[in-house]
Amino acid sequence: MQLFPCPFCGKRAETEFSYAAEAGKTRPEGDVSDVAWSRYLYAENNPRGATREIWVHLTCGEYFVMERDTVTHAVKSSASLRDAL
Amino acid sequence: MARRYSAWSLFAEGLRGHVGWTPAWTSPKLKPSYDFVIVGGGGHGLAAAYHLAKTHGAKSVAVIEKGWIGGGNTGRNTVTIRSNYFFPESVALYDFALRGYETLSAELNYNIMFSPRGIVTVAHSDAEMEVAARLVNAMRLNGADADLLTRAQVLAKAPLLNVSDQARYPVFGGVWQGRAGVARHDAVAWGYARAASARGVDIVQNCEATGFLVEGGRCVGVETAQGTVRAGAVGLAVAGHSSVLAKQAGFELPVRSYALQAMVSEPVKPCLDTILLYPGTGTYVNQSDKGELVMGGGLDRMPSYAQRGNPPVQEAVISGLLEMFPAFGQLKLLRQWAGVCDVTPDSSPLIGPSPLPGLYLNCGWGTGGFKAIPAGGYLLAHLMARGQHHEISRPFDLDRFRTGRLIDEAAGSGIPH
Repeated sequence: MQLFPCPFCGKRAETEFSYAAEAGKTRPEGDVSDVAWSRYLYAENNPRGATREIWVHLTCGEYFVMERDTVTHAVKSSASLRDAL
Repeated sequence: MARRYSAWSLFAEGLRGHVGWTPAWTSPKLKPSYDFVIVGGGGHGLAAAYHLAKTHGAKSVAVIEKGWIGGGNTGRNTVTIRSNYFFPESVALYDFALRGYETLSAELNYNIMFSPRGIVTVAHSDAEMEVAARLVNAMRLNGADADLLTRAQVLAKAPLLNVSDQARYPVFGGVWQGRAGVARHDAVAWGYARAASARGVDIVQNCEATGFLVEGGRCVGVETAQGTVRAGAVGLAVAGHSSVLAKQAGFELPVRSYALQAMVSEPVKPCLDTILLYPGTGTYVNQSDKGELVMGGGLDRMPSYAQRGNPPVQEAVISGLLEMFPAFGQLKLLRQWAGVCDVTPDSSPLIGPSPLPGLYLNCGWGTGGFKAIPAGGYLLAHLMARGQHHEISRPFDLDRFRTGRLIDEAAGSGIPH
């Protein structure tokens, strides 16, 4: 069982967390083409290695940004959305 | 053409002490140029190369593979082959693959040990029986075989199932697809490799693709660990790592990579002669010819390229198995492994031209790529040879995410891969 760091609750079991999305996507504004909209909805960077993601700690309900590695699963950092974005 | 395998050739070799067998496929050096290059020597890539040579008469085809052929997801699955999907597009695709498997041993002159032992998808409540009936009707309308089973019929097929009044997920009945089955995964890769090699396809292992050669906005070759190779058309069949290769080609895919794990118990005497899936626990299980119980469940919980799998999901799979078969609690676990799966938003594959002209996609199979190998290979070959879709692959084009015409099998058949 891996421990993930919640910025609010500290280290907790991985089963308490749920992956939400890749960090850094911004919703396109104004007159948006179908190509741009589908890219926003569906395209994934899906990196092999270092990644930056939004997770939710299900037990406290807070969303936060976690930096980790998709090959080693090592966690580099976690920060609240307010601090990270 | 390599020597034909037969009962006679086996007998004759037996008399000579089995010293006359030759390698099933050749290992040539990568040439500087081919008409067609396929990146990825798994089942899909090798099948595509075979069909380029056989169906389309291509004389100059290469398959380049980072590691060894069949060492990725082709060798990391639970070998289940079925076509119990909901939407007409999906059944057309997966039943095409299932029909391919039914005749594959004869077609390749290589025993892939296809064993059509059927699959039961159990329903755990009256409401689930309604959904099961809907799926059976959809499958029949789409031309696949399906039957609705009562509780007694399910228990007759799997007598060791949990029949306790206390069962968390009781058996109310289930969906039966009798043509579904299992096959020997290595043999599928090796059989296609042998048949492709016999038709002049170069299979180059230990040859990682490191980039694409682009001229005038068109993909005209692949940079590899063994040098640059030019190609008239390039096919990408690199399940699990499609996003990594797509990035090298300059585009993003609607794909997220997750690890899917599977495991086997120690071998025991025959006790389960069908494939069984419990939607309640998410665990599926079959018994291999060696007697091991082969089991798997849902995807791991985080995007990952690690081919190993995390303990919480392993625990969920095993506890799910014990809910299905309390008697299996005495068994020891023998091996556990994981493959990296391309998961798409609508749980359906991506087959079609990529945003880079000259480069064609066969990816996004999620957790269900092995069952689709004969179809995926055939359709990728068709795309590369003709430059346009086969009617079966058309609905699975990348453009469905722009048009919104998704084929959501997670909702349709409850198969969330």
